[in-house]
Amino acid sequence: MYSNLWLIPFFPLVGSIINGLLGKKIKNEKVIGGLATLMMFCSFLVACQNFFRLMGDSVKTHQVVIGSWMSVGNLQIDWGFLLDPLSAVMIMIVTGVGTLIHLYSIGYMHGEVGFYRFFSYLNLFACAMLMLVLGNNALVMFIGWEGVGLCSYLLIGYYFEKKSAGDAAKKAFVVNRVGDFGFLCGLFTLFWALGSKGVWTVNFVEITENAHLLQTGGLLVTVVTLCFFLGACGKSAQIPLYTWLPDAMEGPTPVSALIHAATMVTAGVYMIGRMNILFAMAPTTMMTVAIVGAATAFFAATIGLAQNDIKRVLAYSTVSQLGYMFLAMGVGAFSAGIFHLMTHAFFKACLFLGSGSVIHGMHHAYHHAHLHDDPQDMRNMGGLRKKMPITFITFLVSTIAISGIPLFSGFFSKDEILWWSFGSNRGHWLLWIIGAVAAGMTAFYMFRLVFMTFFGEQKTDARAKDHIPESPLTITIPLMILGLLAVIGGYIGIPAILGGSNRFEHWLEPVFGEALEMHHIAAHGAHATEYALMGISVAIAIIGIFVAWTMYIKNPELPAKFTAKFAGAYRLIFNKWFIDELYDFLFVNPCKRIGTFLWRGFDVKVVDGVVNGVAWVTKGIGAGLRYTQSGYLHNYAVAMVVGVVVIVGYYVFG
Amino acid sequence: MISVHHYLLLSAILFSIGTLGVLTRRNAIVIFMCIEVMLNSVNLTFIALSKHVGNMDGQVFVFFVMTVAAAEAAVGLALMIAFFKNKESIDVDDFNMLKW
Repeated sequence: MYSNLWLIPFFPLVGSIINGLLGKKIKNEKVIGGLATLMMFCSFLVACQNFFRLMGDSVKTHQVVIGSWMSVGNLQIDWGFLLDPLSAVMIMIVTGVGTLIHLYSIGYMHGEVGFYRFFSYLNLFACAMLMLVLGNNALVMFIGWEGVGLCSYLLIGYYFEKKSAGDAAKKAFVVNRVGDFGFLCGLFTLFWALGSKGVWTVNFVEITENAHLLQTGGLLVTVVTLCFFLGACGKSAQIPLYTWLPDAMEGPTPVSALIHAATMVTAGVYMIGRMNILFAMAPTTMMTVAIVGAATAFFAATIGLAQNDIKRVLAYSTVSQLGYMFLAMGVGAFSAGIFHLMTHAFFKACLFLGSGSVIHGMHHAYHHAHLHDDPQDMRNMGGLRKKMPITFITFLVSTIAISGIPLFSGFFSKDEILWWSFGSNRGHWLLWIIGAVAAGMTAFYMFRLVFMTFFGEQKTDARAKDHIPESPLTITIPLMILGLLAVIGGYIGIPAILGGSNRFEHWLEPVFGEALEMHHIAAHGAHATEYALMGISVAIAIIGIFVAWTMYIKNPELPAKFTAKFAGAYRLIFNKWFIDELYDFLFVNPCKRIGTFLWRGFDVKVVDGVVNGVAWVTKGIGAGLRYTQSGYLHNYAVAMVVGVVVIVGYYVFG
Repeated sequence: MISVHHYLLLSAILFSIGTLGVLTRRNAIVIFMCIEVMLNSVNLTFIALSKHVGNMDGQVFVFFVMTVAAAEAAVGLALMIAFFKNKESIDVDDFNMLKW
């Protein structure tokens, strides 16, 4: 019934192969971009069909196996896909947002030398991401997991002639490897742990069914989930492995929107959701997840306060929002976490694409005026709302959504998370406070971004300021659709307290219900408390917006005064708490030193020494023996005769 | 009565003379003739032993050896002419280019 599920990752794969192999010959941008977008749209249609079919189905978990991968003893690993409410939501997000971003890229990447290469990678990414979310066992998921990491590397390094882009790509890859190490350790430990109980499997459905064989709260399940969480930290840019994501902004903006905001970085959240039953069994891990999530949400938000690069602000905002999702997972609000994943995909994709539209316009203007200013620096912007009305409106809407203002999508999901972090029996009021303060900072830095970019006086160089155009339709249409989704996306999950029925939570109940029920995880509290918390968090957000308004619209000289007064604190957050420098000192430089030692000390001296020594000895022997080749016939004749005499003599007399 | 021993002794003497000639002479044509002497001494051995044992195999071999010797003479003389054209000499001590 769901047998066409394999088509969903297959379409982008075809697009990737065609564009990758033939793109250089096709040359025509409309054909290349159109094909890639069409392939995404096809898989979106198949995803829709399966989604609606699943909606009308009473059985909510379906596995489709299209072939056997390997079969070792009792272990059978298939090329299998799993469709349940969770993966259904994910494929809708990936293919839907993916299609829009592909469409956007046609306009944004216009005129690039590697146009076909870009679309080939982008399609390949979509394929890998869909494998990740659809895989019915951890190994298929791992293929996708590594595949998205590879595509992320390729796309961050898209402008490979720039050293910073190459460095950022390498950093992303290496940091992700640390996470992948955790994922694999977790997988092997889990495999062994279940295997020792007689169940050799990596299939998610079987893992869920047999999780009860492990001891709840036991050491084993805690280690397994902590390892998986390390993997999630790498992929989803959580403390301590978040440093790669802001650097990943070196890639083209559509990549930042698709990979580093909407889809790939949520893979860690999805993975925890997929393994929810194991995480629910390990309260220690859940607590770790919640603390790391809350800390990341807060910490990244502080850095976002002081950045001047429009994409960097959004990058730290993404890290911060991912922190919220982990906070949700950690306090047992699995469905709220996935809900926030979805709304975040809408508004953050819209924000990134909007920033791309702004950069596109700024770049165009600078190009026109033959200037080499940074088109991403917000200090060169201002007043753009009149130049780019569509970009402005969609950007503003998404900013309101991320700030958690009522009636917009971000409010519903974020509030759900904050309520659970307070009211859940796995939560704590401290987590709520950190989350709420981070929400206030989010509102502040996002509105700071909007005010600096779209309001006030235009600070662009006079030669360029009149040449900033609104972007073409391929750019603005995705913006409008995503902006609309950023407004209404939240209405599928209105919590009960606001008169809704939280259809989103009900939809995901077949996936998460069992774990929550079995371990009695729930959010309890009086309605009054819930209303009060909601009011406080909204108030904090509004205060954040008001502060931003005061500082950047009403008294534009205030920020300079503040930075002068709190120079130390400002420098600290402006330089991202010097975390990169700390990591360089603690990990990168020692590794480099070990590498240099192995190169100069071991490789050059020992390995090369042995190889050269063997060659040197052989050469010496040859140099000695070559004098026997005198070139005189008589010498050879004598040698031959002596040889014959010796041999014959040996046989005759010996 | 001349027994097989006498033939073999003569053959050994001829072979030794041939070998000594190859080792000591410098003129390539003389060396070449010495080789012929060696070959013919071997032929003599073949014939003598063939007669002594009463088996024709040895005589057949002699024909082969003679054929090879004829072919060798043709090739060898051609080589020498070619060499003489280059060096104006057939002294084997001048044939020393193939060395370190």
